[in-house]
Formats: sequence, structure tokens, C-alpha cells
Amino acid sequence: MLGKTVASIGTIAGLLLSNSVLAQTELTVYTAVEAEDLKRYAETFNQDHPDIKVNWVRDSTGIVTAKLLAEKDNPQADVIWGLAATSLLLLKSEDMLEAYSPKGVELLDSKFVDNDDPPAWVGMDAWVAAVCYNTVEAEKAGLTPPASWKDLTDAQYKGHVIMPNPNSSGTGFLDVSSWLQMFGEEGGWEYMDALHNNIARYTHSGSKPCKLAAAGEIPIGISFAFRGAKSKAAGAPLEIIVPEEGVGWDMEATAIVAGTANLEAAQTLVDWSVTKTANEMYNTGYAVVAMPGVAKPVEHFPENLLEKMIDNDFEFAANNRKRILAEWQNRYDGKSEAK
Amino acid sequence: MTDPAASYLRIEGLNKFFGQFQALKDIQLEVHEGELVCFLGPSGCGKTTLLRAIAGLDLQTSGRIEQAGTDISTLPVSERDFGIVFQSYALFPNLTAERNIAFGLENSGHNRREIKARVSELLELIGLPDQGEKFPSQLSGGQQQRIALARAIATSPGLLLLDEPLSALDARVRVLLRRELKELQRKLGVTTVMVTHDQEEALVLADRIVVMNHGLIEQVGTPADIYCNPRSLFVAEFIGEMNQLNASSTEPGQLQVGERMLRSEGGHWPADAANDLVAAIRPEDILPQANNSDALNHLDVTIGDMAFMGSFWRSQLHDASLGDNQLIADFSINAVRRLSLQSGNRLTVELPADRLLAFRR
Amino acid sequence: MSATRQKPLQARLGRDDLIMRGYMLMLALYLVITLALPLYTMLSKSFSTYQFDLSQFQIQVSDEQGNWNSDPKSAAEINAALGENGIQNFATSNDGRLAPTKLFPEFSFRSPVNYRIKGNDSSAVWLVGSKRHNSTDWLELDSNTFRRVSLRPVKSTGLANYATYFSTPALSRSIRNSLFISIISTLITVTLAFAFAYALNRSQMRFKGFFRLVAMAPILVPSLLPGIALVYLFGNQGMLKAFMMGESIYGPIGIVIGSVFFTFPHAVMIITTALAISDARLYEAAHSMRAGRWKIFRTVTLPGARYGLISAAFVVFNLVITDFGLPKVIGGQYNMLAVDIYKQVIGQQNFEMGAVVSVVLLIPALLAFVVDRYVQRRQVAMLSSRSVPWQPPRRRGFDALCLGYCLLITIFIVGLLGVCQYAALVKFWPYDLSFSLKNYAFDLMDGGGWNSYYNSVQLALYTALIGTAIIFSGAYIVEKTSGFHKGRSLFQLLALLPMAIPGMVLGLAYIFFFNNPNNPLNFLYGTMGILVICTVTHFYTVSHLTALTALKQIDPEFESVAASLKKPFYKLFARVTVPICLPAGLDISIYLFVNAMTTVSALVFLYSPDTTLASVAVLNMDDAGDIAPAAAMGMMIFYTNAGARIIHLLLSKGILKRTQAWRAGHAAMSS
Repeated sequence: MLGKTVASIGTIAGLLLSNSVLAQTELTVYTAVEAEDLKRYAETFNQDHPDIKVNWVRDSTGIVTAKLLAEKDNPQADVIWGLAATSLLLLKSEDMLEAYSPKGVELLDSKFVDNDDPPAWVGMDAWVAAVCYNTVEAEKAGLTPPASWKDLTDAQYKGHVIMPNPNSSGTGFLDVSSWLQMFGEEGGWEYMDALHNNIARYTHSGSKPCKLAAAGEIPIGISFAFRGAKSKAAGAPLEIIVPEEGVGWDMEATAIVAGTANLEAAQTLVDWSVTKTANEMYNTGYAVVAMPGVAKPVEHFPENLLEKMIDNDFEFAANNRKRILAEWQNRYDGKSEAK
Repeated sequence: MTDPAASYLRIEGLNKFFGQFQALKDIQLEVHEGELVCFLGPSGCGKTTLLRAIAGLDLQTSGRIEQAGTDISTLPVSERDFGIVFQSYALFPNLTAERNIAFGLENSGHNRREIKARVSELLELIGLPDQGEKFPSQLSGGQQQRIALARAIATSPGLLLLDEPLSALDARVRVLLRRELKELQRKLGVTTVMVTHDQEEALVLADRIVVMNHGLIEQVGTPADIYCNPRSLFVAEFIGEMNQLNASSTEPGQLQVGERMLRSEGGHWPADAANDLVAAIRPEDILPQANNSDALNHLDVTIGDMAFMGSFWRSQLHDASLGDNQLIADFSINAVRRLSLQSGNRLTVELPADRLLAFRR
Repeated sequence: MSATRQKPLQARLGRDDLIMRGYMLMLALYLVITLALPLYTMLSKSFSTYQFDLSQFQIQVSDEQGNWNSDPKSAAEINAALGENGIQNFATSNDGRLAPTKLFPEFSFRSPVNYRIKGNDSSAVWLVGSKRHNSTDWLELDSNTFRRVSLRPVKSTGLANYATYFSTPALSRSIRNSLFISIISTLITVTLAFAFAYALNRSQMRFKGFFRLVAMAPILVPSLLPGIALVYLFGNQGMLKAFMMGESIYGPIGIVIGSVFFTFPHAVMIITTALAISDARLYEAAHSMRAGRWKIFRTVTLPGARYGLISAAFVVFNLVITDFGLPKVIGGQYNMLAVDIYKQVIGQQNFEMGAVVSVVLLIPALLAFVVDRYVQRRQVAMLSSRSVPWQPPRRRGFDALCLGYCLLITIFIVGLLGVCQYAALVKFWPYDLSFSLKNYAFDLMDGGGWNSYYNSVQLALYTALIGTAIIFSGAYIVEKTSGFHKGRSLFQLLALLPMAIPGMVLGLAYIFFFNNPNNPLNFLYGTMGILVICTVTHFYTVSHLTALTALKQIDPEFESVAASLKKPFYKLFARVTVPICLPAGLDISIYLFVNAMTTVSALVFLYSPDTTLASVAVLNMDDAGDIAPAAAMGMMIFYTNAGARIIHLLLSKGILKRTQAWRAGHAAMSS
């Protein structure tokens, strides 16, 4: 009760302070999109829909997910725009998403749309795993470039590979989940056992392995492709390798929060989020977007990447996440002192 | 208008416990208007505790305090009517002497000019008219003490409380300030309670002295009364010098000391006393006699060591008939010269019956 | 006699008493809200468990023709029938999922048999794919779809999280790691700091002032900065990599070296104080007895400094075991408790497990705190006994030795800072060593850009101002309120408690408490306000003790005098107490400022996109692999703090000069 009163006092104060006198619908949108992109997103959206004001609540994927779960019985958000699909699946399984088929959803790559009808969420763009390979340091260490995931288990790479810890990095988890999907449950763990022998250490974040490779701190970093392309553009002696078995990926997606008081405005926003304009906008931050043919090639981005994206089973990833992470932790976490 | 003998401060049945320790025991006391009363006693006797109870700084456990007819027993400090000077003076170091004195006057309905005038008047009164600009640390101890006093009386309180105000000063300044304090108090006519452990200070300053020991009031009286007619052995030995002779008695007024029977008519005869008595007499009350005599309370003694004390000689007297007891007598210079007293002489002394007191040990 | 012992009188409360008690209660309430309640919420969260309750579900299997001949059974019965092959462990976390196919060893998704499932009541939840069901009517599924069914856990309370924690070696091993690192770091730091303090106190070497200054420098940077320097020195591309002889800096070695760096000043301060109070008369006595130097050291110096040494050891231990930034940056795969909390919460959103690790971390921290308080009290007792300061003699060889040693320490400290500054200025280590300022273009990196720097300065200023006001007035009230013993001791306890609470634990507790939508204070979450509150609370204790020490030196009768003059206490406070305590107030402000600039542990859970912070940006930029910009930001913090310290020094000097007229004499009087 009191919480609501305080909140509404805050809202009233906010209204009084804002100099906009237009009657607007306000949407509270939870997002994990980079802060620098948010302003652009809102501006582009408001060019088409000036009557809807977007109030962002931004944090990292984990925090936003946790926040949404914590507010399960008293949702504060109207729309989720730009959160990992694996997170949205978690929310879906809590019945927190309002199923809605946005206008024009049929134009999207079906990989990017929830397979329920109407879909509970629609994808925006994807980030794709890749291997960052520092040619200078590799040469110093006398390494030959790997072509596949399996190659990375070769003894020559011992101590020369870094990958993100799936327990703290979404990129790390999509790698592990893709290996389990590609190589099967048993084959996947066998593969990781072998890879583990070559890993120098696991990082907390997904972009760090590539940055470390770029800085020569390690020859090989398992990371995501767009990061590698950026570092390469910045002048790092990197090669971005797309392992031939296929690569894991995750997407940012959009959904309406069940129980929103502003359903109409929320639907307008989600409709707009699948338009070509929106997809073009996503392309500045992401190389792969939901609408086929929209993405412009990104410099240094490996060409064959799209074909190598596996047919990701998000449901498998979401429903087995807890089990996989526990297993991973038991097998590999805290490796250095377990000598 | 007011009757000078009217009771201004009335304390009834005051008790104070600190945990299991009882610091004040059933204190009954009246202080008259305009009077200067000293609480005198050894440290730990409860005198400061009593003062702090009157001020409301440490609330008594039970009992009642009335000031000017009003019950102030549980009033907060700020609603009582008194000024106080502590042993440390508690002057605010960052304020000048003037500002210290003016502290209580500010924001109390006086304008700036009035306050300035009052401060000058007070500085004049305490004899420091040109020291107002100085900080406490730039003043001597005696000056600080006077500033603290001026601050305490600035608001013209009905009661002035002084907690060992002179004890931090050196001996000469103390004697000087004692007199000034007395004069000031007379001039202002403010009812004053002062705590001291210095008997001389109490005797000089007080209209009445309250002697305390172990949380009890031993005796209340004028300095002369306390000195001449102590009610208890404690009072007798705490104030001034006192000879103490082990004694016993079979009938009131008769004291058996060693082999001698002495007549005691001074003070109050302890009720149903028998053994374990003390016969007490002040050294200056022992009178040297020119002639030998067997009269009442006359003793033949041998003079032991004699110490010159300025205006008198302190002399040890020995008399085998008194048993283990020893006497000390103060003989005036005149008497010593007149009677040619010197160590080793035999001498007859009188212990005047009205000056010989009896106490229970 | 018995009549004298009645119910004690109660003082009628004056306006001052009411205001003071009211204010104290307000501050106590503040501490309860910002400390006790969040910790309580966290504790209860650690007991909040999730487990699968198989008895909630009914499952029935058809024959191959799809006829429901067999009896429906509860999942629990089916599991029980499996005996040892059944599911044994039902504990899980909030996003736990259990595949019911595990109950049917013969299960095949190609099988023609059908399954149907229902719950006993609506609290039984299961998923088909990601679709949620909680119906009490049968839901019929073919084998291929039944494969996609997951059962969801129910919430309850119990010790299951703790059981999971201690039965998961990857987690519980951190206890051993944390203790190991903390003990090793403590031994090294205290030894080095003792030698340093000894050189400062017991030699006549030159440049003592300079060495004192250098030894304090690590306080001005976040604890993770030495980690970054170590990467540049001993990492795979490190300048001095050869020194590592094949060992990796990422792990225990790096954590220990970094810990020594950032805890060194704390140990030096404490031990210097301990050595400074030892009594010259003891030395004179020892010399007169012709005791040898080593014997004097053993029988006089060490025992005299023992409380200082113990106290330093516990402070260092506490700092290391609760530190989060350093092991995060340089720890590699070596797990420590504080990092585990972060991983559980930020990485896995397993708040319950985060709370469990927090409770585990709280235990050694609390123990160290209790011992330290005890020892401090003993040392204070020693201090108050009057001793004569010892004037060391000039000894050429010994002084040279001391100078050499202090130079080595200086090289260590200045070296690490210098490496960071160098790395920050190099264009692209190790490939392009030309200088550039591109690493200062924070706006192009993760972590919030230059805004996070400005936010940090803002936070530090607010913390210094508001914190000093709250803490100093709080100390005044608790010191000067008359009576009200219970209230005062409660307040004292609350004021001392923050020191025992690791930053990570406090931050996590804040999430639980303030991020609850039903909490009326929820609006604070994500604002600068909560960062200020958290930082003030986190660093409350030391500031409180500083304020108390200053207040205890003031004549206790000031309040009595003011009351007798019918002046409200706050007039006295403003006109006398505050001016007298201004130097202490400045000390508290600078302490809060510097710590607000450098702290990471509590705030890493609490910052929002609008309130990113420089210290957290260092962490996040390092996390993202932008190590050089992280070093650059770390050095920005250093220069800012150094600047603040200089301003503090000038202000203090200015105040002392302005108030010299009364202060000099005052000091002389009280001595």
C-alpha cells in the first residue's frame, strides 16, 4: 500500500517536473541493451510514434531478469525490449509474458520467433559465438590456426585458450549449450573435458577472451564474433575463426509483460520493433538481425557466419540451464587448485 | 520582603543508588535564602552527588527537593533555576571571556546593548574589566575561575552551585579568591551551595557547613558550632586537630582514661555508653598551668618534642597514668615564654571539662 | 531499611532530553533500516529454498494402444518404486526444472505410449516446453511431447541451501581458499608493515616524512588496481614475466601480492601507533641492565607492540577475506568467497545461494571484528597510562639498513602505481607502445564512461558531507545524552556493527531489502541516494569512533553548563562542540570521501545505468577486457583522492592557524 502511494507520489512529482504538456502514454520498458544505444532507439521510435513515451529501466541481462522475476506478482514493466531469449523463456515459463503476434512478424526469420502461436516473444538481433585468434602471439607460440571446435582440444593449444565461464557469462553458456546440442549430451561433456585441459582460465565476461586475445595476453579467445570484428577494426592482429561444426548464438528479444495496463501502447511498440526501420537500427550494434536481408555486412565480420549458426533449441537451453551449469561447475570450476 | 531565615532549598529523604552502592542515605537538609552552605567531606562521601541531584544532573533514586517552594525533584536541568561553576570551570575554549559570560544571555529577550552592558558590569564585578576579549586559554587559572563565576551568575539565578571551584588553583590564589568569592556572594545575596573537601575553605567561607560521610549527613551547623561542638568522632577528627584518648565510662560525664578519671561536660554525652569511648580535646584547648594541682582534669605531664608552628608550639605531652594515650597540645608563644616551657620539662595541664568531649568509637 | 529501596524516581524529560532521545531514535532507526533489516532479509533469504515435491503430481501411462489401463500414481510413488535408481536430491534453486522422464527408465520419445499428468492442486506447476501449466485436470501428451515436460519446484524454508553449499566442492572449497589467502597475506603484510613501522619509529634515517606519505598511497586507489598493475608486470605479456618462472600471476600469487599492497597502509598505521606508545623508560631500564639489542627487541619492543600487531593482523585479515575487486581481477580460477557471492548473484541470479555464501563470509569477518575490538580496548588502556616517548639513538649501519628497506617498499608501491599510469598512456599494449590518451576515452568503453567518474566524485562529496553530519551528530548524541542507557548501548552496537559486515554482504542485503516492490523505500533503489546511504553505512564505524574520540576530549560539563544557562543543546553543539571538533570532522570527511571513491564491493550490486561509478567502471572495463582504460580510470581515482587529501591538509592547516589563539592554549591545558 505504502509502496504504491510513495511510487505514485513520485510519478506525480515526475509529471509536474516534466515540461512536456502533451497527453502521452508512458511505457516502462525493461532492457539490457547498451545504454548508449537506448537513446537512439527511443528517438527513432518516437519519430514514428511521438505519443508514446518510453521510460527505460536498464541493467545487465542477469539483473533485469532477476528484477522481473522478483516482481512476478507485481509487475512494474509494460514491455521488455532487448533481453536475451533464454531469459524471456524463463519469464514465459512463469506465465509472465503476454502472447502477441506483432504486425509483420511473418517477415522475420522463423528462428527469431517463439514457436507458440501467438508467440510470447519475438527476436530482434543475434550475437554469435566465434574464436578470436591472435596471429602474432600464435606464431610466437608456434601454433597453427584451428578450423573446428574439435581442433581446439589438440595438445598444441594447451594453456593457450581462454573462454568465458558459463556460470557468469551468457556467451559462455551459449557455447556450452551449443556443444551439448551439436555433440549430444555425452559427446558434449567429453568434448569439454578435453577442451578444459587446454584452457588457461575462464573469464567472467563474454567479451574479455577476445579482448585478451587482441591484447596478446592469450593467443586464442572463445568469444563472440562482433566483438572480434570490433577489436580487429581497432588494429588488433586478430583472425576471427568460425568453427566448422557450427556456432552457438543467442538473441535479444522483445515481449509484452502480462498484466500491463497499457496493452495498446505496448502492442504499438512491439509492432514497431519488428519493422524494417527497427531492424536497420539494430544493425548498428549487431551484425545479425531478425529480418532477413536487412543486415549490412560488418567490416571484418566472417562471411560464412550466418550459415554456421546452429538450429538453436532455446527450450532445451532454458529448461536444462540449471542442470548444465551445476554439472559444469562440478567438473571445471576452480580448476587451478584441483591439481 | 522575604524572610532572610526562610528556607529556600528544602531536601527531604533523599536517597541515591548507583547499582548496589548507596551514595546518599536519607538526606534531610534546609538551606536558607541568601545563605552560603558548604558540603564538606572526604572524597566519595556523596557531597558532589548531592550537589548534582540539586542541579538535576544526576537524579536521586528517591526523595524530594524543593526550591523556593516549588517541587523540583524531577525537573530537567534546564527548567531549574541555578548557575553552576565546576572544578574544571568548563569554559568554552573557542569563545572569548565576554562571549562565555554572554552565552546564557543571548536569545533570552535581551538585546545586544543590554547584553553588552551586563557583560561589562559582570567583568567589572569580578575585577577583570579589560580581559573580556581574551580566550580562556590566555587567562590565568584564577581569572578563568572568575569568568566561570560571572557566567554562572549572569542570568541572576536564584541558586548558585559551586563544585570545588577553588581546588584547581594554587594555594595563594585560592586564599585570595576565597575572600573575593565571599564578598561577591554577600554583595549578590544569592543562595549558594558549595562543595569542598577543604575544611579550611569551608570554615572561612560558609555560613553553615554540612559535614558528610559515607552518604550520610554527619552534622549541620555554623563553622564555630561544627568546630567546637562536633556531633561525631568523624566530624571531630575531620575538622581541625583533635586528641583522641581511649576511654570507658561507668556514669555519664565520667571518663576513665588509663588510670585517670576525667570529667567531661562538653558536647553530647553518648547514650548508654560504657566501653569503647573516646575522650577528645582539641590541642589548643589544653591549658598549661603555672602551679601543680590535683584539681579536676589536671594532669602532670612531661613535655616531649616541641615543633614551632609560627604562632604556637605544637608539643607532645606524656603521662604514664593515661596508659597508651598520647596528648598533643598547642601552646601559644606567650605561654611558652611565660612558663619557660621546653622539651623534657614537667608540667601540669588542665583539660577543661567543658572542652573535653566524649564520643563512641 | 527496606523502605529506602523503592521504585526509582523518573526524571521529567526536558525539551533537550526529548529532542536528543528523539534524534537518537531517529538515527538508530536509520541504522536499523540501513543495516539490521537488510541483513535480516538476507539471512532469511538464505533459508528460502526451492525443492521438487513429487507428491504434488499425478502421472499415468497408457499402453501402446493408448488405453489408460494402469492406475494413476503420484510421481512420488513412482519414484519410490525405483528405489536407488530414483531421484534422491530434491533441492534446487528458483529456476530448477526436473524432467519427469527420469521416473520412467524405459522412456523413449519414439514410444507409442501416451502420458498424462495433473497436479493435486494449483500449486503444482509444470512446463511443456516453456508453457506453464498448473491444472488439476489431466493433460494428455504423446511420448515426444512428454519429453519436453519439466516439473517446477515449490518454495519452502530450511537448510537445503546450506546443505547444497557444503556438498558442492566448487563452492565450499572457497572457504579454504579464502582462509588460506587471508592468512598468508596477513602474515606477509604484518611482517613487512612491522619492519616499515619499526624503521620509521626506531631509526634516525632520513626521508621519514616521504616514506610515511608513500606508505599511505595504496589507500587512495581501489583494491583491484594493484591487480591490473600485476597483469602488466607479470601477465603473459608482462614486463617482468620472467620473474614468475612459469607460474601464473592469475591466482593465489597475484591475489597475495595485491592484498599486501592494498592492506599495507592499514597495518603500518596501526603498528606505528603501537610502537609510538611504547615507553622509553623500559628501554632505558633495559639498556642499564646491559641487555643486547636482540634481547631488548624480544623482551621490550615485541611485547609492547603485541596488541598493535594482533590488531593489525585482524584488520588485514578482514580486509583480505572480504575484498572482492582484487580476486575478481587477478584471481583467475582461484575462487574466493567474496567473488562467489558476485558470481552467484550477477552470473546466475541465484540470490539464495548468494545469501548463503554471504552468511559464510560473515562468520570469519565477525570473528575478526570481535577479536579486534577486544584488542583495541586493551591497547587503549595501555595508551592512557602515561609513558615517555622513546628517542632512538643514531646508529649508522642500522639507519642505512632501514633506509634501504623503506626504499624497497617505496619501489613496490610507487612501481605498481607507475605501471598503471604507464599502461594507461600506452596506445595498444604490447603492440604499439607510443603514448596516447585514447584509453581515457571512457565514453567508448563499457562501464559508464566519464559519467561514472563524475558520479563517483558526486557520491564521494555527498557521502563526505551527509555522512559526516549524520555520523558526527550521532556520536555526539550517544555521548552526551543523559540517562537512557539501553537506548545508548543499542545505538553503540548498531554503530559498531557495520565494521563487521563485508561490503559484498551489505550490498547484497540492500538488494534484498530495497529491491522489494513492497518496500516503501523501494523508490531509493537505483538512485544516487541508495549509494550514499550504503557507503555511509559501510564506513560508519571508523568515522563514529573517530568522532567519539574527539568528543571524549571535550569537557563533559559543557552540556550541564549550557542546560543551567537554559540554552538548548543544539546551540552549544553549533557554537562550541562543532568548532572544537572541526579537525576531527575534516578527518571523517576525507576518510569517507576516499573510501567512497575507491569502494567497489557493496556498490557493485547497487549502481544503476544512471549512477555508474568510477571504481565499478574499473572493474567492468577490466571484466570486458579493456584493461588499459581500467588502469586509466583507476589512476583518475588516485589523482582525485590525492587532490582531496591535499585540500584536506590545507583546510586543516588553515583552520588550525585561524583558531590557534584558543586551540594552542586549550591543548596545553588538557595535556
